[in-house]
Amino acid sequence: MKYSNENKSVFKKAWGHLNLRIGVFGTLIFALMAIVSIFWTPHDIKYLDISNRFLGPSAQYLLGTDFFGRDMLSMLMSGALTSFIVALVAVGIGLFFGVPLGLLAASYGGLFEWLVLRTNDFLFAFPAIISAIIITTIFGPSAINTIIAIGIFNIPVFARVARGGALSIISHDFVAASRLSGRSNFSISFVHLLPNIASLLIVQASVQLSLGILAEASLSYIGLGTQPPATSLGLMLKEAQSLFLLHPMLAILPGLTIIFIVIFLNLAGDGLRDALDPRLAKQGSLESAG
Amino acid sequence: MHLHHLKKIFLSLVLVVFSLSNVYAQSSEIKLGIVLEPPHLDPTAGAAAAIDEVVYANVFEGLTRIDENGAVLPSLATNWEISSDNLSYTFFLKENVTFHDGEKFDSSDVLFTFDRAMSEDSVNAQKGIFAVIEEARAVDEYTIAIQLKRPSGDFLFNIGRGDAVIVSKKSANANKTNPIGTGPFRFSSWNKGSKLVLEAFDNYVGDPISLTKASFIFISDPNTAIAAMLAGDIDGFPIFPAPESMDIFANDDRFNVVIGTTEGETILATNNKATPFNNLKVRQAIAHTIDRKAIIDGAMFGYGTPIGSHFAPHNPYYIDKVNTYPLDLEKAKQLLAEAGYENGFKATLKLPPPPYARRGGQIIASQLRQIGIELELINIEWAQWIEDVFTKKNYDLTIVSHVEPFDIGIYANPDYYFQFDNEDFRAIMVQLENTTNDDGRRALAYYAQDFLARHAVNGYLFQLAKTGVWNANIDGMWANAPVEGNDLSQMKWVK
Repeated sequence: MKYSNENKSVFKKAWGHLNLRIGVFGTLIFALMAIVSIFWTPHDIKYLDISNRFLGPSAQYLLGTDFFGRDMLSMLMSGALTSFIVALVAVGIGLFFGVPLGLLAASYGGLFEWLVLRTNDFLFAFPAIISAIIITTIFGPSAINTIIAIGIFNIPVFARVARGGALSIISHDFVAASRLSGRSNFSISFVHLLPNIASLLIVQASVQLSLGILAEASLSYIGLGTQPPATSLGLMLKEAQSLFLLHPMLAILPGLTIIFIVIFLNLAGDGLRDALDPRLAKQGSLESAG
Repeated sequence: MHLHHLKKIFLSLVLVVFSLSNVYAQSSEIKLGIVLEPPHLDPTAGAAAAIDEVVYANVFEGLTRIDENGAVLPSLATNWEISSDNLSYTFFLKENVTFHDGEKFDSSDVLFTFDRAMSEDSVNAQKGIFAVIEEARAVDEYTIAIQLKRPSGDFLFNIGRGDAVIVSKKSANANKTNPIGTGPFRFSSWNKGSKLVLEAFDNYVGDPISLTKASFIFISDPNTAIAAMLAGDIDGFPIFPAPESMDIFANDDRFNVVIGTTEGETILATNNKATPFNNLKVRQAIAHTIDRKAIIDGAMFGYGTPIGSHFAPHNPYYIDKVNTYPLDLEKAKQLLAEAGYENGFKATLKLPPPPYARRGGQIIASQLRQIGIELELINIEWAQWIEDVFTKKNYDLTIVSHVEPFDIGIYANPDYYFQFDNEDFRAIMVQLENTTNDDGRRALAYYAQDFLARHAVNGYLFQLAKTGVWNANIDGMWANAPVEGNDLSQMKWVK
């Protein structure tokens, strides 16, 4: 059951929102490039053509080649794919574990809520990137461990948003009515609360997505994320660093790609927030884990 | 107006102080960057190259010493005589030499050092150096007679290596933390993780030394190294950790870039007992597929010399075997098919941290993919490499640089991590050990190189270059590294 049912008009209104249009459109372009790289890239990046390294942009290599003679455009496409996958799965982990915890904390209250909140506080006490460094140092650097590390720190973010949203719904009459009619707390959480906080979660997800892409880039940059021969935007930056003075494009291109993806995701997130929940925009109370 | 004047005065003062301090710093002190921190400082008790890079020829001296081109020079022994059968050596020692702690140096220290290295419980990393010694005895206070079991062409070179430096009985056991030698520099301080400082030894007997102080600063990160060099925080890197950025310095008048040779044969080490690498045809196929130029360009940015066997190109006994199995993908595929792998196979390639391995591994994986060999790249740390690859031989392929001089003898050891078990090769090595005349040794060395190349025991890639960069005003840095070491005694500021 939905608390308010004016979604169609909301989305229509949202689409009129310039930020949202730019954000969604830009994100889609990069996402599309990333997805296409699964099936096709302009050049095979697994084949290192050393004799063609450090080439400038040309018809054959639109953005030039890197120190292994790999096509930069192909590298950016596959790199973006890794970055998107890491960020998406990490957001998925956050949603899957965080939302139920938050909802149940709101509807059960008591000791369970206290435990969830204190665990959240504990996780929040460490900057996410530091904790991710600890996790990848202990379990070894790899894309999978990066996903887990970023994912774990998405859990409290979503738990808090879910609980906050749920608390504002739970006092409504229709929840009380549902409870009187015999629904359990558990059932109420997912039947009544979840649909009503969906918009909040979508907005938060877009924010976490851009943070995830940044976190993946940071971890790969310091050597704890994606490992060669796999590639990611952060890893490209890392490998280009000692060449920066001689071949700046190798660092500038992945850097710009990261910046654009994050800006577009944030624009989309802001737009969605304004459109889906005008009250929230005024309060500016969205939490994020930086 | 007032302020303006003050500013001018202040600025000129700053300039004066700055230039004064510059002059002062350059007159006497040098700050060298080295990539790895030594585990301890006793070169007679460890294999780590970083130990020698700090103390060799600086803190410790041997009877002989090696110069930057690998020639043997007098050191604690001022001259020597060799009997006509090449079995008896008589060394005449330098007189009035004292150790840094004030102990007098004489023939008893030489005997002590050799006995210590040859004893049952010796922890010397190169016991082989001393294995040829039948007996060492003191003729008098400053004369040592050494009798060899068999003639050895390398004996004078070997006793000039870091593993054979002379230590004093009194201080030998503490050399790991407080090295006491006879060299021109004494140990001053060691901030673990940061730097190590040596200071000129006032009572040094020998040619005058120009530097008064030398700091070795440990920097392994390429970007930190670039920044430190450009900012002038470091006066030079004998071996710069980032070959990709040498051009930054080559294009800058403030720096000298000197590309020299090392003893590092960089190889695609192959587990000769693991399937399918125990099949000669598979190894030959790999040899036909390896494009050395691409590896040198891609992994070392052009710095390195292709090798076709396990031998350094600057060695007088070197013979070029690079074209034993020339680049030929069709031939390689055919050989794989003959070996029963028409569709290729999968294997692992374990890569230690140095860039030549990590970057080289990606290139080799790309090259072998062309003939259907799919390599899984596994990045490992040094400790893990020593444990897994070197000790347990739990690997298919790995990339590593073998930096010991004249180390072709490792192929005679079937337990060495290549697991190359070949009776014929062992016979060649025994013969080489027992041959002292130059022509005979040369012929055997040629034969051994050809043997290893034909058997494609490992993938022979390139000789590691010594990519040195230092302040253009420094003179006397080694261009080559025939042994590991940074001989400070010859270094000086020329401006």
